[in-house]
Amino acid sequence: MSLKQEWREALINRIGLSLYEQFSNATVAICGLGGLGSHIAIALARAGVGKLILIDFDHVDMTNLHRQCYKVNQIGCNKTEALLENILEVAPYIDIEAINKKITEDNIVSLLKDADIVCEAFDDPSCKAMLVNGVLERLPDCYVVAASGMAGMGSPNLIKTRKLTNRFYLCGDEVSDVKNTMGLVSSRVMLCAAHQAHTILRILAGE
Amino acid sequence: MVKVNGKELDIAGESISEFLKSTDYDLRVIAVERNEEIVLKSMYDKTILKDEDVVEIVSFVGGG
Repeated sequence: MSLKQEWREALINRIGLSLYEQFSNATVAICGLGGLGSHIAIALARAGVGKLILIDFDHVDMTNLHRQCYKVNQIGCNKTEALLENILEVAPYIDIEAINKKITEDNIVSLLKDADIVCEAFDDPSCKAMLVNGVLERLPDCYVVAASGMAGMGSPNLIKTRKLTNRFYLCGDEVSDVKNTMGLVSSRVMLCAAHQAHTILRILAGE
Repeated sequence: MVKVNGKELDIAGESISEFLKSTDYDLRVIAVERNEEIVLKSMYDKTILKDEDVVEIVSFVGGG
């Protein structure tokens, strides 16, 4: 048996054929590859999502390492390429499109039209709003899973997921703004990332 | 009455733009749903709130 067949069988053994097929036929776009996006991408890749579109224009720097899924030897690399490398180390047969661009109102449709689900994982609130409004207005078949409020040392139990419309889910505590707290802590950002990743898998599973 | 983020407000007849102007919301960081549909930003002026509408305003905060 080839390594690829073995990998596939191990996954089916854990999650069952039905979920395997639902996940492996899906395309998810992750917009922003920081503390949220880097962890969401790894979780979805491990779960067997078939294709990820990774989008970010930034590069890895020293201040990212405290909460983002990168390594010291990746400092200076594009986040898209660094994350692609890290994902392939744990999910070698996934299909990845890495796009080293800033998402704007003008390119939302062209960059995201192939995605079943768009994951908003930006840092800046106006970019978050631009992406969520843009996807909901202009990509009528696409789901969006966004995040708001995961900064600081607040209780982990305040992070939650809300379904706002048939196609729009929001994760976070909705209030903890990075500018009003001591900053971002990996564990709380990862909680929010886990909410987003799990919500995406639940949508794919038809839950 | 119009329900906005769970609160009953006496704003039926106002447009979404008019209502937002009376609040502290920053238009650059929000998304507005009315009766579980997104309201296009270009329609905030023309969308008149009706009795029993349910409006949800999401105001994004920074961090990611």
